[in-house]
Amino acid sequence: MQNFIQKIAICGVMILSISACSDNNDSPASETYGFSVQIINMTHAQPLSPPVAMLHTKSFKFWSIGEAASLALEKMAEGGNGSDLLALQPANPQFEATAAVLPGMDVEFTLQTADATQLYLSIAGMLINTNDGFSGVNSIELGSLTKGQTRVYHTYTYDAGTEFNSELPGTLPGPADGGEGFNPEQDDVTSVVTLHSGVVSADDNFNESTLGAADKFDNPTLRIIVTAL
Amino acid sequence: MKKALIALAISAVSIASASAQDLTISFTNLTHGSHFTPLLFGAHSADQHLFQIATSASDNLQAMAEGGSISALVDDLTALNADVISSPPPGGATAPGQTVSFDLTTQALNTHLSMTAMVLPSNDGFVGLDALAIPTSAGTYTYYLNAYDAGTEANDEVFAGMEGGAPGAPGFPADPLKKQGANATGVTTTENNGTVHIHRGVIGDTDAMGGASDIDSRIHRWLNPVARLVIEVK
Repeated sequence: MQNFIQKIAICGVMILSISACSDNNDSPASETYGFSVQIINMTHAQPLSPPVAMLHTKSFKFWSIGEAASLALEKMAEGGNGSDLLALQPANPQFEATAAVLPGMDVEFTLQTADATQLYLSIAGMLINTNDGFSGVNSIELGSLTKGQTRVYHTYTYDAGTEFNSELPGTLPGPADGGEGFNPEQDDVTSVVTLHSGVVSADDNFNESTLGAADKFDNPTLRIIVTAL
Repeated sequence: MKKALIALAISAVSIASASAQDLTISFTNLTHGSHFTPLLFGAHSADQHLFQIATSASDNLQAMAEGGSISALVDDLTALNADVISSPPPGGATAPGQTVSFDLTTQALNTHLSMTAMVLPSNDGFVGLDALAIPTSAGTYTYYLNAYDAGTEANDEVFAGMEGGAPGAPGFPADPLKKQGANATGVTTTENNGTVHIHRGVIGDTDAMGGASDIDSRIHRWLNPVARLVIEVK
């Protein structure tokens, strides 16, 4: 009996984490698919660079864990400029915020497509008081959402693997430092995209760090709320 | 009505556990600077465990968590008639960002999955999964795994070479990135929680030739989760 209860519990988790069934999708094939998207910065003091968002097909990704970052991803992760990520698929429905999303603040926008194969969403923005840390979602499936349905995502924080997390003055573009953004030189200890290990800061006995305790973060960093229109 | 529900429940259990399953398992090291020692996966019955939160580690779990040795845990699983994969990837350790994939066919009674691998560098940290009920419907299922502390060794963060990997010996045995320091005085000499618990993370410092820790705080720290597990049920 306990075994059975465990199975039910796991099943419940799966229903939450994989998509709900699409049988009830009442959108006619010819209709436009619209999505309202809200991005909330949940960190203590890490501004999110102007986030970029795109609808695309299943095979496209902004990044892959274990693979080297593209130049476009590196520019976003080191310098906060996501324009080149959007330029990878210039004809796709896309959004680029005009300002950073400050801690506790949000940005809201809508994306629309008439292409039923373009129902995958990616979002990226840099935590700008880091060397090459970013957050977002990577090719999440939206096609199973029914009109009016809302789904909430809590995002992990990633390391682009393109710049050593030195935290030294002059290496971070955010307000904690005002230093350099993108630099094509690559000197990270791990040269593929992984999750981020967090920042150390001078308040944690790394005296040379330009960061303080206020710049530390833990997962998750963003809340992303998607509603099918 | 209640009787009917119970009957349904029992019937569901017997259906769920009645058939062997073919699985493809993909395991990814999500950390930025930590390696994992050879991976151990076992499919076993619902009441079996390699480790349990808030419970003292077995001697064989301790050998894995302090030195990466899984041979005794493999013997444990084999004795339980589990389906076992002990898979050192090429090079022996799973590197940051690396994915290891393999197939696992489970016997009918082996409905639950566990895994362990030591985190390097750490004193007795390991990535683990404790008796996950394997989904029975075809599909692809994703899980995120946390790092645990075996509770068997003080987290002194002193590099001790291979001797540090022996059960009961202080210090950590290796950093495959070769970014460990030397001459650390030690972060602590005590382990106040003697049961398996969520690892609090390593402290580290930035003094490669001294300081309290031989772990580099810029390189070897992690935030949970530390691994992604994708199970494809065929």
